[in-house]
Amino acid sequence: MATIELERLVKRFGPATVVHGIDLSIQDGEFVVLVGPSGCGKSTTLRMIAGLEEISDGTIRIDGRVVNELQPRDRNIAMVFQNYAIYPHVTVAENIAFGLYRSKLSKSEKRRRVEQVAETLGLTHLLERRPSALSGGQRQRVAIGRAMVRDPAAFLFDEPLSNLDAQLRTQMRIEIKRLHHRLGTTSVFVTHDQVEAMTMADRIVVMREGRILQVGTPLELYEKPVDVFTARFIGSPTMNLLPASLKDGGAALAVGGSVRAPLASATSSEILVGARPHDLVPSSAGSEGLTVSGTVAVVETLGSETLVHIESAGQTIIGSAPGRQIPRIGEHLTLHAPAEKLYYFDKATEKALTAR
Amino acid sequence: MKAAASSQGLSMPNIRPGRIVAWTLLFIGGVIMVTPLLFMLSTSLKDASQVYDLRVIPEAPTLDNYIEILGDGRFTRWLLNSTLVAVIVTLSNVFFDSLVGYTLAKFRFRGRYIVFIAILSTLMIPTEMLVLPWYLMASQFGWIDSYWGIMFPGMMTAFGTFLMKQFFEGVPDDFLEAARIDGLNEFTIWWKIAMPLITPALSALAIFTFLGNWTAFFWPLIVTTSAELYTLPVGLSSFAVEQSIQWEKIMTGASIATLPTLIIFLFLQRYIVRGVMLAGLKG
Repeated sequence: MATIELERLVKRFGPATVVHGIDLSIQDGEFVVLVGPSGCGKSTTLRMIAGLEEISDGTIRIDGRVVNELQPRDRNIAMVFQNYAIYPHVTVAENIAFGLYRSKLSKSEKRRRVEQVAETLGLTHLLERRPSALSGGQRQRVAIGRAMVRDPAAFLFDEPLSNLDAQLRTQMRIEIKRLHHRLGTTSVFVTHDQVEAMTMADRIVVMREGRILQVGTPLELYEKPVDVFTARFIGSPTMNLLPASLKDGGAALAVGGSVRAPLASATSSEILVGARPHDLVPSSAGSEGLTVSGTVAVVETLGSETLVHIESAGQTIIGSAPGRQIPRIGEHLTLHAPAEKLYYFDKATEKALTAR
Repeated sequence: MKAAASSQGLSMPNIRPGRIVAWTLLFIGGVIMVTPLLFMLSTSLKDASQVYDLRVIPEAPTLDNYIEILGDGRFTRWLLNSTLVAVIVTLSNVFFDSLVGYTLAKFRFRGRYIVFIAILSTLMIPTEMLVLPWYLMASQFGWIDSYWGIMFPGMMTAFGTFLMKQFFEGVPDDFLEAARIDGLNEFTIWWKIAMPLITPALSALAIFTFLGNWTAFFWPLIVTTSAELYTLPVGLSSFAVEQSIQWEKIMTGASIATLPTLIIFLFLQRYIVRGVMLAGLKG
């Protein structure tokens, strides 16, 4: 177990800079998720921590020790790859034992460790099989087993679930989370899936174009996104963002409806008003908060609730109705979100504006 | 009438004129290829007086030629020489070609491209042009008329290196990186992880190299002077030169020499076909 610190970490590939001097401090035992769209530098950052990618500038410390120049094998980390990277030509047991390749343990002790890990991951009955005889989920478990068996200072996960089908992904998500609770090993997890980030992370690091946009707990990011990117990225379905112009104390929406925007720090007059679909419900409205109306275009029935897409002045706005209340397509509908659930952003800078 | 036509249509759904043409051509090709082999085998079963009797099935088949040839110490020596040379050169190629191929495929270093082009460009030089420098080199180093002299030009080949490089490029980096994190050193990663992953390509390379060296004639003929060092093809040809041409002996020797090739093809057909296919796709 160990802390991981990144200081002004830079990665250049030839003339292109893909990581622009990021700072990040990961606590001992913490589960940190790096999230962002593809090409945001999250995988490169992880690979630099692993030592698979040389760093162009800055410092990486694992457990207080600078590891900039160390080989991957000397960093005492374990990594799980997107396509599992378990060796197809040896058995499951041998695959897991590769994790102990450099260990000086006796043969019988190694075998004991492998068996122990296999039991933890429910792989005992598969130990003598070849990877080709395993399902995707089992292969991923073998990869995790190979990482676990060494008892490393930190686990690095590079999009380990993206090759699994939806159901298996949910299951493995829970398994990894449970494993983390039990082992308490510092973990860095890279994904482009915000649901994975939200459900697994102690802290989420949102990255974009080689920079860190925001670091925080899942709830902090959900409730206090610092800019439009994070606001859109976190939460599903995506937050509605409605352009509006500030006018003495209130704001005029570009779409059909009204909003009372009690903004404390209005720097420009053009803003975006954000409302999460979950907070935007059919209602006859009130004077406070946001009210929009439009024509129902799409209805997605999820059972627990129904997502309603309404069209208003050329923009689609997603709201939600309680499960049993299903609006008809073409119907005129008014949605309302309370004032305390709204988000405000400067339209030009896309930075969050503080309410009240 | 109608019913008959439709039932005929049902029973032969796949035979189209194109297929018949293809099969006929393949059949003719097969006959052309097999006939010399048949004659070789047939002649080896005849005695000297029957050699010019061109019947495929000998009138009085005899194994005397085989008994005589296998009892001839020179022949068994050549058989041994050929085996030794082919096995060592094959092992060497599998090892060094893949080592260099791996390095070129998986490591980024300055001049990598130039090295690759240099290796590749040697493919365009015909063997006949290389024989002279080889010979000069061999004579300078005193390798003429030695096993090493026969083997050294083939210990590594540009083609093998190129083939291996192409295959190693297909090995996902994740495997190698996972191994790097597991703590394997670079040589072990190559040997224990990368090599097993390209077994089909390795077996193709091994088969081609073995067969190529087993049947090699030109260079061994040039570099060897004493009969104890002849490889089988060189030795067999000497049957024709030394004495009056003893066709039945030559054919017997050739029949025996064909055996390993035949066995390899029979048992490793799968790998050869796959190797050719892969090489074709990749190269």
